[in-house]
Amino acid sequence: MITFTLNGQAQRFEGDPEMPLLWYLRDVQGLTGTKFGCGEALCGACTVHADGAPIRSCQTTLGDLSGVAVTTIEGLSPDGMHPVQVAWRELNVAQCGYCQAGQIMSAAALLKDTPHPSDEAIDDAMSGNICRCATYPRIRAAIKRAAGEVHRKTASSGSAK
Amino acid sequence: MSGITNLSRRAALMGLGAGTFILAGGLGLAVGPGALAEDAPKKYGGDAMPGGVKDDPRLFVALAADGTLTILCHRAEMGQGVRTSWAMVIADEMDADWAKVKVDQAPGDEARYGNQNTDGSRSMRHHFQALRRIGAAARQMLAQAAASQWGVPVAEVTVDHHSLVHAASGRRLGFGEVAAAAAALPVPARETLVFKDPAKFRYIGRGDVGLVDGFDITTGRATYGIDVRRDNMLYAVVARPPVHGGKLGHYNVDEALQVPGVLKVVVLNTAPLPSGFLPKGGLAVVAENTWAALKGREKLKVTWEDGPNASYDSAAYRAELEAAARAPGQVVRNVGDVDGALKSAAKHVTAEYYIPHLAQAPMEPPAAAAQVTGDKCEIWGSTQAPQTTRETVAKVLSIPPENVTVHQTLVGGGFGRKSKPDYIAEAALLSRAMDGRPVKLTFTRTDDLHHGFLHTVSVERLEGGLDAKGKPVAWLHRTVAPSIGATFTAGVKHEGASELGMGAVNTPWIVPNLRVENPEAESHTRIGWFRSVSNIPHAFAVQSFVAELAEAAGRDPKDFLLDLIGPARQINPADLSDSWNYNEDPVAYAYDTGRLRGVVERAAREAGWGKPLPKGQGRGIAAHRSFASYAAAVVQVDVDAQGKLTIPRVDIAFDCGPVINPDRVRAQLEGAVTQGVSLATLGEISFKAGQVQQDNFDTYQVTRIEAAPKDIRVHLMPAPKYDAPLGGVGEPGVPPIAPALLNAVFAATGKRIRSLPIRDQLRA
Repeated sequence: MITFTLNGQAQRFEGDPEMPLLWYLRDVQGLTGTKFGCGEALCGACTVHADGAPIRSCQTTLGDLSGVAVTTIEGLSPDGMHPVQVAWRELNVAQCGYCQAGQIMSAAALLKDTPHPSDEAIDDAMSGNICRCATYPRIRAAIKRAAGEVHRKTASSGSAK
Repeated sequence: MSGITNLSRRAALMGLGAGTFILAGGLGLAVGPGALAEDAPKKYGGDAMPGGVKDDPRLFVALAADGTLTILCHRAEMGQGVRTSWAMVIADEMDADWAKVKVDQAPGDEARYGNQNTDGSRSMRHHFQALRRIGAAARQMLAQAAASQWGVPVAEVTVDHHSLVHAASGRRLGFGEVAAAAAALPVPARETLVFKDPAKFRYIGRGDVGLVDGFDITTGRATYGIDVRRDNMLYAVVARPPVHGGKLGHYNVDEALQVPGVLKVVVLNTAPLPSGFLPKGGLAVVAENTWAALKGREKLKVTWEDGPNASYDSAAYRAELEAAARAPGQVVRNVGDVDGALKSAAKHVTAEYYIPHLAQAPMEPPAAAAQVTGDKCEIWGSTQAPQTTRETVAKVLSIPPENVTVHQTLVGGGFGRKSKPDYIAEAALLSRAMDGRPVKLTFTRTDDLHHGFLHTVSVERLEGGLDAKGKPVAWLHRTVAPSIGATFTAGVKHEGASELGMGAVNTPWIVPNLRVENPEAESHTRIGWFRSVSNIPHAFAVQSFVAELAEAAGRDPKDFLLDLIGPARQINPADLSDSWNYNEDPVAYAYDTGRLRGVVERAAREAGWGKPLPKGQGRGIAAHRSFASYAAAVVQVDVDAQGKLTIPRVDIAFDCGPVINPDRVRAQLEGAVTQGVSLATLGEISFKAGQVQQDNFDTYQVTRIEAAPKDIRVHLMPAPKYDAPLGGVGEPGVPPIAPALLNAVFAATGKRIRSLPIRDQLRA
């Protein structure tokens, strides 16, 4: 039996440990916000957080997850108001929108580690996420906008340096 | 207004309120200016599409007593923003409050809603005026209802942002308060509609409206075809014949059935060639989840009978196309004496261009769920073509199309792939095979690349003659490419009128001798539409060759291009041997060389054309008319000593006539620029032994963020009045990008690349 948490909820899984997290999320849990795009960790559409780090859920098996805290797009924020989500909406980043959950999860992880990323840092962090509609200029702009927001919030809460 | 019809549909109708009736007719026929008096008037635009254009507000507008305005969108949302723009137009024309607007998605039903085929950059082009009529009619009905309630003449009622106002008495009613009364009124006749003064538009042309699906998309709640879940649903993947036209040989499914979760392996029949939209057949693995289905498919033991396309080989085929391009072919446009002019020209320039197959590769691979109940079928899927879906599903199930219900989800990228419902037909067949349980069919990425409807492959050969002063005197273009028509009709070996009309025949050049030929090409795979279609190879070749001629003439490429376009004039496309013209009226939608000049000049000016650049950098320019819009791009490249290409900046000038949603127009062009870069630098699907050689995004590469242009500047031309004809938006940004990019590479390096993709051709 594998135990882990999913968006804060304890999970116990007794099935095939080889099952990729992606299909567990989508088909078993009904959390379809995490998308299938390539199945080989080439496109980033299935990006979720494992203990806060971005991972490709299509290449992560349930057997890998023992004791791990998994966060999906549905659990990124309770009300959809994570600064990255807000910036994404303010700039109308999405076109078809299919890859955007993965983009947002990668961007949120980036900003957690690197609150003010350079263009190069954005390229490095986001290179694994393909957008076939090519919303890249707005993704870049939204990350920078969210970086400002993260900074402001941190500063106003008085907990920052 | 016309009579009452088909009351049986009332229950499902999105009417203004209870007890409404449905109007039919009232659509009128658009009389084409060029139509002959003795013939039925030729229809153009939306009126010429199956199902036509509907403008009955009762079909598209529902107003609740609390003022909530629900607008029905019947076009597929695939990233162009149509659900937002569509509702914006109706809401603005009604003078409604955007904060109270909700958008619902219509099921597939063309008889009722009008044409739903979402391709060809047609949604706003065909529907903008109808949407205004819908909004205006609804507004007038609301005003009439308020006037009746107050017992005042309707002329004294004004509409003010979701309210009706009687200024003289100071009375005011919300839209919702008169919704039921308004619903009982007749729909005003078209000629009585009064449109809002565009100066008072709050949303149209302003572009500060948030996407209606923005919240759902950013929170993972948006539902695409691949996300559909139904009670008791099963999951399936299909092993298909790897060669187009091949079929199942021997097989053994025993091991597949041993995989936990696998329930059944189903044989799907292969449609004979040409197979059109029909599935390829093969073996379907149906399971309790997608993972089990995938594992089961790996365990199938199958041999395939490859059929007539088993030797399709891209290298050999390219040689065939080149040979065809070097010999005369069917003449599709001829002006003057090209052969004579080429012989006597001071300079004779020849170039051949190659553009390989491309796959649309939308991020959501084809996927759909289906449930068959008796002789009825319900579909939940992402499709650009709900009506084609109904017809195709009906055909494979041998049931009437009316028995097929298509619930349209968001489309996770289409680019033309999801105009073809083969995958949805597979889902329907599998639900029937599983005794009516809902089945979701998913393509993997490999399935998508191996079993697509690919962009054509082409060789474009151009010859040009210049006189002693460098003036062009002859132009010969041979375009050789398998046709989309061959996917549907046996024996098609020439490009169709629509393919030739995408920039091959219809060049407006000031050249006294011009000939376009279309030698034969046989198709060996499924060819389909890919965003901007044949405009890609034609514009790549034509606009590269213009720059090559400019170089031979010792001229600036932009100046040479403008001279070739010549003075501003309105050309009937038929005079360019283009009988198609995107099925638009040849007078209202003439080829306007002034607009083409306009975008060239704007792009050049904005990009700083002619200003010096550092060593290793260069600018290229290209312009193209497609989908009744005009686009010109200046691409700036940097090629370092190792041959690494980066794109610091792209300026694209765009003229699509009236701009309805500037934010989405800009977004479409931003995306088109990088999709153009992607196909020019990386895009290639190739065949060996009849099989696609690319399996996933490692071998079929597409542009990622680090290689996308760093700075994309979109320049929208000043929009004319809102009653002017609209051009398309989704596609016309793509065609000028590849030639502008390769012209820039030439400017930067002196190296002329004529074979796409660039890939490592610049590597030192």
